[in-house]
Amino acid sequence: MRIETENLSYVYSQSSKALAVHALSGVSLTIEEGDFFGIIGHTGSGKSTFVQHLNGLIKIGKNCGGIKIGEYDLADKKCDFKSLRAKVGMVFQYPEQQLFAETVREDVAFGLRNFNKDISEQEIESRVRESIELVGLNYDRIKNKSPFELSGGQKRRVAIAGVIVTRPEILVLDEPAAGLDPVGKREFLSLLKRLHKSFVRTIILVSHDMNIVSENCTRAAIFSGGKVLSVGTPKEIFSDHEKLKSLGLDVPVTAYLEKALKTVGIDTDSDLTVDGFIDAYLNQCAEVDE
Amino acid sequence: MKDVAFGQYYPAESFVHKMDARVKILAVIAYMVAVFLVKSVPYQFLGFAACLLFVMIATAVAKVPFLRVLKSIKAILFFVVLSAVLQLFFNTSGTLVFEWKFIKIYNGGLLNAAFIIARITLIVLGASILTLTTSPVEIADGIESLLYPLKWIKFPVHEFALIMSIALRFIPTLLDETDRIIKAQKARGADFESGNIFKRAKALIPVLIPLLISSFRRADELADAMDARCYSGSKCRTKYKKMKLTWRDLIGTLVIGGLITGVVLLNNSGLLAVVI
Amino acid sequence: MSLLKAENVSFSYDKRIKVVKNVSLAVEEGESVAIIGHNGSGKSTLAKLFNALICPDQGKITVDGFCSDDKKSLFEIRKRVGVVFQNPDNQLVASIVEDDVAFGPENLGVKREEIGQRIDFALAAVGMEKFRYSSPTRLSGGQKQRIAIAGVLALMPKILVLDESTAMLDPKGRKEVLAVAEKLNKEHNVTVINITHYMDEVVRADKVYVVNDGEIVLSGTPNEIFKEKDLLKTCGLELPLAAIVADKLIECGVNLPQGILTEEQLAEELCALKRKI
Repeated sequence: MRIETENLSYVYSQSSKALAVHALSGVSLTIEEGDFFGIIGHTGSGKSTFVQHLNGLIKIGKNCGGIKIGEYDLADKKCDFKSLRAKVGMVFQYPEQQLFAETVREDVAFGLRNFNKDISEQEIESRVRESIELVGLNYDRIKNKSPFELSGGQKRRVAIAGVIVTRPEILVLDEPAAGLDPVGKREFLSLLKRLHKSFVRTIILVSHDMNIVSENCTRAAIFSGGKVLSVGTPKEIFSDHEKLKSLGLDVPVTAYLEKALKTVGIDTDSDLTVDGFIDAYLNQCAEVDE
Repeated sequence: MKDVAFGQYYPAESFVHKMDARVKILAVIAYMVAVFLVKSVPYQFLGFAACLLFVMIATAVAKVPFLRVLKSIKAILFFVVLSAVLQLFFNTSGTLVFEWKFIKIYNGGLLNAAFIIARITLIVLGASILTLTTSPVEIADGIESLLYPLKWIKFPVHEFALIMSIALRFIPTLLDETDRIIKAQKARGADFESGNIFKRAKALIPVLIPLLISSFRRADELADAMDARCYSGSKCRTKYKKMKLTWRDLIGTLVIGGLITGVVLLNNSGLLAVVI
Repeated sequence: MSLLKAENVSFSYDKRIKVVKNVSLAVEEGESVAIIGHNGSGKSTLAKLFNALICPDQGKITVDGFCSDDKKSLFEIRKRVGVVFQNPDNQLVASIVEDDVAFGPENLGVKREEIGQRIDFALAAVGMEKFRYSSPTRLSGGQKQRIAIAGVLALMPKILVLDESTAMLDPKGRKEVLAVAEKLNKEHNVTVINITHYMDEVVRADKVYVVNDGEIVLSGTPNEIFKEKDLLKTCGLELPLAAIVADKLIECGVNLPQGILTEEQLAEELCALKRKI
C-alpha cells in the first residue's frame, strides 16, 4: 500500500489560541510500497505526531489536509480505522511497556483477537507461532512464560511480535532501538531487515541515529518545526551538511568521510552505506593508481 | 494532557496571586462559612448578593477573566440541577403555585431550589478563585504549613506533604504514560469506546496493568534517587521555601472578615437596623 | 590516597547470583573515568555500591576515607558521591526546578541562605538558570537530566556518577549532558564516573573499565581498551562506527594506522594518505 499525505496539518489545541502549538504544518509526503523509509528530526519536530496519523491514532482535523493509504481515505469520517490498524502496525518507543497478559502467547494474540472476533484457536496458535519465530524467539520455550520474567531484549521482541501478528503491510517503528546496547541494536536492525522481507512491505523508521538511517533506509525525510525540510535517498538528504548542522543534527560517518575526501579530490559518490562507501573508495584509489 | 496537573491555575501577576497560600485557604474556608450562614428567608438573599459581589471583586482584582471562574460551575452543573429539581418536586411547604397532572410545585420548593442553586454555585465560584490564583504546589505547601500544629499529636506532617508534592509532580508524567499506553493498545485493535460498562471496564485491563507495573518501577527508582540525595525523613531537615505574610494578606483577611460580618448582620435584620 | 577505592567487592541481590564479582578499582581525585559494559553486565549495581545505596557482601568501598562497612558513614559517602540515574522522569521530586535542586541540601539540614546560594551555583553549573521557576515536566529529556545533575551538585559532591544517564536521551540531549559533565570535571574539579554502553562516550575518559558478567575484564586508557577488539566483542560491546570503518579499510589493504577512534581522525588519515600519493 502506498502512503500519500497531502498538506497535513495538526494543532495541539490548548485552551487558549496563544498557546496553540503547530505540531505539523502542511506536510506532503509520499511513501511508496516497499520503502524502508527513515524519519529524522529532533524531539518536537513533529515526527511522532506525523506517524501517529498513519493509523488514525490522531484523527485529521477539519481543513487539515488528507492522508490516503492504499484504498483508505483517512480524512473520511466513514474510514474503517479498525481494519486499517490491522494493516498499519505501530511500534512505540519502549514497546515492552505495553505488555500486560499472563503469558507471552496471550499477549501476542491480543491484537489478533481484537481484529478478528471469530478467529479459531488453531489459527491463533499458528499466527502467534509465526510472529514469535519471526522476531527470533523460540515459541515452544517461551509461549507459556509470563512476559514480565523475560530479559529486556526479549520483552521488546515479544512486544513487536504482538504488533506484527496481524501481518501488517506497513510497520511504523518509533525509535525502536532506544535503550538497547550495541549488540542488541545490531540484532534488532537485522530483525527489521528480516521483517522487510516478510509480509511487511513497507517499514517506516523514526530514528535519531543518522548512521542507522544511511545504512538501512531506501528513502528518508527530515522533519523540523512541523514541516518536511527535505526528502529523498540518504545520499540526497545528507548532502547539505551545513543545513543539518544548523538543525543540530549529525551527519552519518560515511557522509562525513565522503565530504572530507572531496576536498582532496577523491569523489567516492557512494550510497552512504559502509560497504558501499568502502567499495567506492577502493575503486577510486584503484583508478588513481592506474 | 499535561495541563490537567496544573488544575485550573491561571498564571498572572496580581494582588490575589501574591497573597500567602495559607491565608487564601483560610479565607476560602471563611467564605464558605459565610455562604452557609445566609438564611433562606427571601429578604436575606441579600447575603448571597454580598457573596457574589465579593467573588466578582476578587476575580477582578485577581485579573482572572470572569468566564474562567464561571467555567468551574460546568463540572458540578449536573449536581446543582439534580438538587434543585429534587427540591422543586418534593418540597411541599408554602402555597401551591403550579399543578399539572401529578406534578405539584409549591412556592416553598421554588424558593428552596433557588436557594440551593445559589449556595452551591457561590461555594464553587469562591473555591475556584483559590485554585485559579494558587498553583497546586503552593496549595500543598500551604496545607502543610497549616497542618504543622498537628505535629504535636504525632501526625506525620512532613511525610504527608512530601506525598502530596510527589503526587503532584508525577501526575503529568503518569498522564503522558497513560496516553501512550492507550495509543499502543489502540494500535493493537483495543476498543475502549464501545460495549456496556463491564466490557469497557474489562477493556481497560491492558492499560491498567502496564501502568501499575511502570508506577512500581518508577516508585522504586524514585526511592533510590531520594536515598542517593541523602533523604532520611523529617529529622534535622531544613526548608528552603518559607512563606511570608505581607500587607496583602492583612487586607485580604479584613475583607473576608467584613463579608462575614455583613452576612451575619443581614441575617438579623434587627441587628442591621440597630447598626444603621 | 585514592578518592574512591573498591577492594574485592562482591554483591548479590538474592544471595545466589553474584552480579558484582571481586571488583577492585581506584579512582583518583579529578579523574574522568568510564565504566562500560552491555545491559545486565552489573555496571549499574556498581553505581549503587559507590553511593552506598547498597553495601557489598564481601570486600569494601572507601570514599574520601569513609568506609562502607560503617553504617554511620553512609551519609558521608552519599554526600560525596552524587548519582544521576537513567530515567530523567523518575528522579525529580518537586514540581518546580528550584525546589527539586533544594531537596538534597534540605535533607542535609543546610541553612536557608546557603541553600539559595547552592541553587544559584548548581543551576549555573549546568546552564539552567533560566528555568529556575519552571516545571520540570515541560523540559526536554536533556534538560531534565541537567536538572538532575544540578540536584546532585547542590550536595557539593566530590564525585559525580552518571549511571547510564544518557541512555534515554536523543543525540542532542546526550551531548548536553556529556558537555555538562566534562565542564564540571575540567572547571570544578569534580571527579566523574560515567557508566555507559556507548563506546563513543568512552573516547575522552582518562581511564576505562570494561565490565562483563560482574567482573572487570579490562582496564586502561581508551586507546589501550580499543585495541582489544575481540575481547570487547565477547563482552557484547562494539567499537565506534568510525573505528569499524577504519578496520574494514585496513582489511582491504588500505594503509591506515591502528587506533583510529573518531570520524575526524579517520578523515584526516584518509586525506593524508591521498596527499602522499
